[in-house]
Amino acid sequence: MAIFGGRAALAETPAAASAAPAYRAECGACHLAYPTRLLTTREWGIVLDHLEDHYGVDASVDGATLTRVAKQLEAPLASRLGDTGRLPRITTKAWFVDEHHEVAAGAFRSSAVKSAANCTACHAGAERGNFEEDTVRVPGGKRHE
Amino acid sequence: MRRFPFLVAATLVASGTHAATPDDLLRGYARQARAEVARYAGPSAEAGRRFFTTRHSDWSCASCHTSDPARPGRHAVTGKSIEPLAPASNTERFRDATRVEKWFKRNCNDTLDRACSAAEKADVLAYLLTIRQGT
Repeated sequence: MAIFGGRAALAETPAAASAAPAYRAECGACHLAYPTRLLTTREWGIVLDHLEDHYGVDASVDGATLTRVAKQLEAPLASRLGDTGRLPRITTKAWFVDEHHEVAAGAFRSSAVKSAANCTACHAGAERGNFEEDTVRVPGGKRHE
Repeated sequence: MRRFPFLVAATLVASGTHAATPDDLLRGYARQARAEVARYAGPSAEAGRRFFTTRHSDWSCASCHTSDPARPGRHAVTGKSIEPLAPASNTERFRDATRVEKWFKRNCNDTLDRACSAAEKADVLAYLLTIRQGT
């Protein structure tokens, strides 16, 4: 079920992506504009409410831009961090861990990849929403089987 | 009426509206620095180069933009490629005061853990304007 959940989460339609131009422009400047279904709307609200300390960097935007992105993601602002006090992460979701368990930990840290946030390093079609397994190519590694 | 275009340009920069040129922005930061610093000597491309390449924390500007801003950079955390910063290589750079301020705010916080002064911004922009494509 975890695999199915992951696939379903990634099956974002181009229409949904193009409906969020501010999200793509603002968030996509530093990293892939991740398929929005990978977090819940509440989780997106938490992320957007903490852009000044965004996983260790300042990703702040002005108020009007923040409102626009939140609207596009249907994310409720003024969302508090949960009990863990940590921002939600796509890469700690059970389906993500399950889908990537065969990838050596070192592969995420290699100079070509840098971090698990860099989807495009291995998923060449990530910008188009293509995360199909047969297109995966880990830099310096073997083709994903 | 000769001064009219200059007034328009100054107003655009000051109010953070669109359609500036890198030179407009440089003049705007220099003007701001003159108001902030006694006997401000004007922008220094050499000081800007040092500022750009010096590590202020774990990072320098060059950590992501490389020490050759005529060429593409790469985000130090996410690995995403970054378009060249030097206006000679990328004509979209330093054309929008609001956008420029957004990135100075973020990147100065990340790199220096504080805001950059107008003089520092002027120096960096003066440096970037000395860079020619393919150098």
